[in-house]
Amino acid sequence: MISEGQTIVQIRRKIAFNKLRDYLFSIIGLVATLIGFVLLFTLIIDLLIDGFPRLGWQFFTSYPSRFPEKAGILSAWVGTTLVMVVTAATAVPLGIATGIYLEEYAKRNWLTHLIEINMNNLAGVPSIIYGLLALGLFVYFFKFGESILTGGLTLGLLILPMVVIATRESIRAIPNSIREASYALGATKWQTVKDHILPYSMGGILTGMIIGLSRAIGETAPIITVGALTFIAFLPSSPVTAEFPFLSFKWLFDPFTVMPIQMFNWVSRPQKGFHLNAAAAGIILLIMTLVMNGFAIYLRHRFRKRIKW
Amino acid sequence: MLKRRSIQKIKERVIENSLLLSALSSIFVSIAIVFVLFYEAAAFFKGVSVWEFITGRQWTPLFAQPKFGILPLVSGTLLVTSIAVAVALPIGLIVAVYLSEYAPFKIKEVAKPILEILAAVPTVVYGYFALLFLTPILQKFIPNLSGFNALSPGIIMGIMIIPYVSSVSEDAMKAVPMHIREGSYAMGATKFQTAFRVVIPSAFSGIAAAFIIGISRAIGETMVVAIAAGMMPNWTWNPLEPIQTLTAYIVGVSLGDLPHGTLEYQTIFAAGVTLFLMTLFLNILGFWFRKRIREVY
Repeated sequence: MISEGQTIVQIRRKIAFNKLRDYLFSIIGLVATLIGFVLLFTLIIDLLIDGFPRLGWQFFTSYPSRFPEKAGILSAWVGTTLVMVVTAATAVPLGIATGIYLEEYAKRNWLTHLIEINMNNLAGVPSIIYGLLALGLFVYFFKFGESILTGGLTLGLLILPMVVIATRESIRAIPNSIREASYALGATKWQTVKDHILPYSMGGILTGMIIGLSRAIGETAPIITVGALTFIAFLPSSPVTAEFPFLSFKWLFDPFTVMPIQMFNWVSRPQKGFHLNAAAAGIILLIMTLVMNGFAIYLRHRFRKRIKW
Repeated sequence: MLKRRSIQKIKERVIENSLLLSALSSIFVSIAIVFVLFYEAAAFFKGVSVWEFITGRQWTPLFAQPKFGILPLVSGTLLVTSIAVAVALPIGLIVAVYLSEYAPFKIKEVAKPILEILAAVPTVVYGYFALLFLTPILQKFIPNLSGFNALSPGIIMGIMIIPYVSSVSEDAMKAVPMHIREGSYAMGATKFQTAFRVVIPSAFSGIAAAFIIGISRAIGETMVVAIAAGMMPNWTWNPLEPIQTLTAYIVGVSLGDLPHGTLEYQTIFAAGVTLFLMTLFLNILGFWFRKRIREVY
């Protein structure tokens, strides 16, 4: 850059310019990073202004209604809770088992390679495609209908790659010396996995699971595709019954709605009153997401600090 | 003793095989996705010619005189995606350079979780925000902006996918070995020069993969556009008009009550196949780029 004919003044000017550009970029970078923060902040303020007055006891204990001021999210939050139970019951065992297999058991062969590529690809499939899969497979082929079971399974498959990736990363962080120590004492492979690998990687797995579930709570599109109703003025049948065997799984096959669908329904209506309800539902959704993600970030931070191999 | 050991061996075998079965389930999911989409779409293409589908400029499947040209939905999808990408790629890259090369540790510790949360906010909330907050503000500056339009959801979607672009790009930049940077600093280069002339070119494959992931996210994004972009198939490149994307069409039809097995029911699978092929192509491209990173170092 510096040729012979340049005077010392020109060189100094050039250095000053480079330094200034460096400094300016550090400001631009900070501003760009803050854009996301500003959006999040504005979003929260906007929701609070519109929706906060609607947040009362009545909002949580009422069914949807034609009158915005009487409407509530009872069926939506109950539906979300039950769907999440099914989602967790699908994605967590399947995801952890897949992660353990790929990290601890799988040989380096074409099948393992295929499973890995496939997992990466599934993580990139748009969520609404999972909705179409569920519509064809769960609703019509397995005849589960437009039920809580269908919704939960769909979201379970959707977050499966996230649980698998979290499990693998956290298992990979365990040094080989731990495994060797276990084998040296005569433990079998499964004993090593069950008593050492799994407990030590639980922090990371838990983090991935919570982040996955927080994603599932906010997912709307695939649930609309499988035909969750937007107007449900009753609750699914109770999982606990008075007679033997005290547990009932009839709720799995009941129609349902979830929080984001209720919010979508209210946003799509022209009346201002329903928009306020949508904002209130949005606040609840946002709080759930923030709490779950915050907890996951805290867990990760804590486990990262505590474990030093 | 011997018996106990053989029982143990059987147990180990059973466990290994059931773990393998779980791992294989993801392959079954992929097969099921392809099968369901193509099975229903094949039924659709019995009634509609493929040529009409990919060249037709009118999409009115629910009218008395139905027209099945996918182009308006594709143009709507690409229009919103280009707006989102125009926002997300430059900002995402700047954020990645800043976090990887400039930011002090403290800022990084705070910025990364916030970016993560940005990606975790339910998209239906972003849709609300685009329709009821951003569009009215934009209308003050652009008077002929329609209440439903491609611009506002495009911008919100762009900000929404910044974290996807920035985190993968940042990982790629971090993978550039320190001695390459040190070489540049030793020659008297500033951080800016090092970042843009040394680190970014070295991390090119990873950044390209990040961009592709961002584009693929934008194409598949559903709720923001379903809420704020309108539900009107529109063969246009004007961001001020209402449009409909492939994803929004699927949502729009699913909200109604379409009988199983009708041509109208099959249209959502035809739209789904189109969407799936678009994202699959991008995912493969992204995978190819990411594989190249590993080969370099």
